[in-house]
Amino acid sequence: MFQKLTTIRNKDGFHIRPAQLFVEKAAGYQATIKLITEEPSAEIDGKSILGLMTLGLEKGKTLLIQAEGPDEEAAVHDLADLVESGFGES
Amino acid sequence: MPAARKRAMERKRIDMAKQAIKGLGVSPGARVGRAFRYAPVRLEEVPETKAEAGESEQELRKLQEAKEHCSRELEELVKQAKEKLGEGKAAILKGQISMLNDPAFYPLIVKQVQAGWSAGTAVRKVTEQTAALFENMKNAYMRERAADVRDVGTRLVKHLLNRKGGQLSDIDREVILVADDLAPSDTVQLDQRLVSGFVTRIGGKTSHTAIMANSLGIAAVVGAGAGVDLIEDGMLLALDGDSGLILLEPDEAETAASLAKRQEQEREKRELAAYANRPAVTKDGYRPEIAANIGSPAEAVGLPERGAEAVGLYRTEFLFMNRTAAPDEETQFRAYKEAAEAMQGRPVVIRTLDVGGDKELPYLNIPKEMNPFLGYRAIRVCLDRPELLVTQLRALLRASAYGQIKIMVPMISGLSEWRRFKSLFAEVRQQLTAANVPMAGRVETGIMVEIPAAAVQADRFAREVDFFSIGTNDLVQYTVAADRMNEKVAGLYDYFHPAVIRLVKRVIDASRERGIWTGMCGSMAGDPLAVPLLIGLGLHEFSMSPASLLAVKRRVGQLDQGECRALTERILDMDTPEEVRAALGEFASCLG
Repeated sequence: MFQKLTTIRNKDGFHIRPAQLFVEKAAGYQATIKLITEEPSAEIDGKSILGLMTLGLEKGKTLLIQAEGPDEEAAVHDLADLVESGFGES
Repeated sequence: MPAARKRAMERKRIDMAKQAIKGLGVSPGARVGRAFRYAPVRLEEVPETKAEAGESEQELRKLQEAKEHCSRELEELVKQAKEKLGEGKAAILKGQISMLNDPAFYPLIVKQVQAGWSAGTAVRKVTEQTAALFENMKNAYMRERAADVRDVGTRLVKHLLNRKGGQLSDIDREVILVADDLAPSDTVQLDQRLVSGFVTRIGGKTSHTAIMANSLGIAAVVGAGAGVDLIEDGMLLALDGDSGLILLEPDEAETAASLAKRQEQEREKRELAAYANRPAVTKDGYRPEIAANIGSPAEAVGLPERGAEAVGLYRTEFLFMNRTAAPDEETQFRAYKEAAEAMQGRPVVIRTLDVGGDKELPYLNIPKEMNPFLGYRAIRVCLDRPELLVTQLRALLRASAYGQIKIMVPMISGLSEWRRFKSLFAEVRQQLTAANVPMAGRVETGIMVEIPAAAVQADRFAREVDFFSIGTNDLVQYTVAADRMNEKVAGLYDYFHPAVIRLVKRVIDASRERGIWTGMCGSMAGDPLAVPLLIGLGLHEFSMSPASLLAVKRRVGQLDQGECRALTERILDMDTPEEVRAALGEFASCLG
C-alpha cells in the first residue's frame, strides 16, 4: 500500500470536469484507489465519479490518496500531481 | 393578396380552433414539414415492480444489454457534441459515461435486481437515491448535477424498455419536432439538417428549448399548451417562429406562402451573413459598437461569430427567477464568468437585478402594488436590501477577472441613488482587494437611462458615471405616460416622439462633453429605420436582440454620418412622431 496527502488547490474542488479527469486517470491503474478525507469524514472509491463529486471537497481541504496493487506508487504520484495542479483551474 | 390565400385565411378564421394553434414564437423562421411526435421516457413513469420468481437472471441480462447500448449511445453523443457544441458540452456527457460505469451506481442497480426488483424499478430506485445525494449538497452548482444523474438513469430505462418509436435517432427526413419540452441531452442529438422546427407544450422566451433553437437556427414555437395534443405524428404543419402560429394540415396556398416566406428569409439571411465578421462603419468612417442583449450566459455563446462586438445588456433577473431563494454568490459568479468568457474579452454590460414591479420573485416578499412601474423595483429594492446587491457585486467583480465586465444600474432617478450605489460598490471592491481576490483593474460602472429625470440631469450624471445606456422601452413609457401593453393608449407609445428624441440627444451630448460613451439597449436601437437618426445624434453603442444585429450593421454601412446629421437637424425641428417617421421612411427608401 502506498499513500500520499494532498491539498485541493482549485476553487470548486471536484465538480464534474475535475472529477471526470480524476476518475479517468484512476481507471488507468490496476491498483485499487481509496480517498480518505477528515472533513467531512469519509472514505470513498477513487474510481467513482459520484463518490468524488458528492464528497463536496473545497479549496484548502486535504485528501489522502491510498493505492494498493502492482502500480500503486505510480498511481498515487500521478493522481496527487493532478490534484495539486488544481486541474488546470485557478 | 392572391385570392386563394385570402380564401384560405377566411376559412381559417371560421375553423381556427381545429386548424391552427398559437404559441410563443421564440426562434424566427417559416417552416413546413411533417410533425415528429417525440415522447421521451420519464423516470417517474416506471412502475415499482418485482421480477417474476426465477427471472432475476433474465432481468440482469436485460440490464447489462441496456447498459451496453447506453454506453455506445453516449460515446456517439460525445463525438457529436465535440463537433457541434464544443468541448465543454462533451465533458458533461463524458461525465455521464463515468457515472454509468461508476462503482457507486451500476453495481447498486445490480444488487437491487438480485434483491428481486425488476430492472426498470432498480434503475429508478438507484437513480433517485443518487440524485438525492446531489440535491442535498451545499453548493448550488453541485445540486444541479442531480439532473445529470437523472439523465443517465432515464437513458438506461429507455434502453431497458426498448422504446423505439419517437427516438431522435430515428429521424431520417426533414421534420418538425413536437414534444412537451426538450432536455439538454435531446438537443445534442438533433440533426440540424433534419429538424427544421420545434413545437413544445411548455417553455418561455428563456427556456432551454428557445435558447438552443436560436443558437442552432431552428425555427421554434414554445408554450403551445394543450394545442400540442391536436398534432398527430406525421401531420403536415406550417410553423411560423416569428408569430408563433402553427397551421395544422395547411392547404396548398398556405404551404406555398410559407415556403415563399422561408425562401425570402433565407435569401435575406445569406445576404446578411456577409456582415457578421465585418465592423459597422459609415461611408465617412464613423464606427459605432454593435452589441447584443441577452438574458442568460448561454445566449452569449457564439455571439461574436454572429456579428456582436459586445453584450450591451445582460439582464440578470432570469438568474433569480424560478427559484425558492436568491442565487448565491457562487452561482452568480459562474454565470457572469461564463458570459464574460464567451465574449472573449469583448465588453459585457451586466445590469444589476431589475425586479419588483411586474417581475415578481416570491422569495423577496414584495407586496403587490397599484402602480408597479412607478413602484418598488430594481435599484430601489437593491438599495433597500443591500445584501442582495452586495452578493451580486461580489460575484460581478470576481467574474471581472475573466473578461471585460461593465456594471449597469437600472431605474436610477437621481444622483443620491447613484452615490449610494457607488459607495456600496467601493466598499465591496475594498473587501475583495483586502482578501486578494483577483479582479479586473478597472470595471466601468454606469446607469441605464430610462427615467426622464435621469435624462434631464444627464449633464450632472456625466460627471460621475463611466457610461450611459438608454433603455428606450421604459424611457418612452415614462415620457409619454402610456403603457404599450394597453391597447387603448398603445398608439401614444412611440420612440419617434420628438420629446423622446430630445431626451436621447441630451444624454448623448452630455456624455460627449465629458468624454464618456452612450449606448442604447431598448428596441429602438435594433430598428433599422431609427439607425440614421441615432447615427446623426452620435450614439456610440447600439445593443439589440441578436436577431437584429446583421440588419443594423448593414444599415450603418449604407449611411454617411454627415448626411445623417443633416437629417437629424431637420427631425429635431419636427412636431410629431408621424412627421419623424415619414422623414425617416423617405430617407431609408433612398438608401441603396
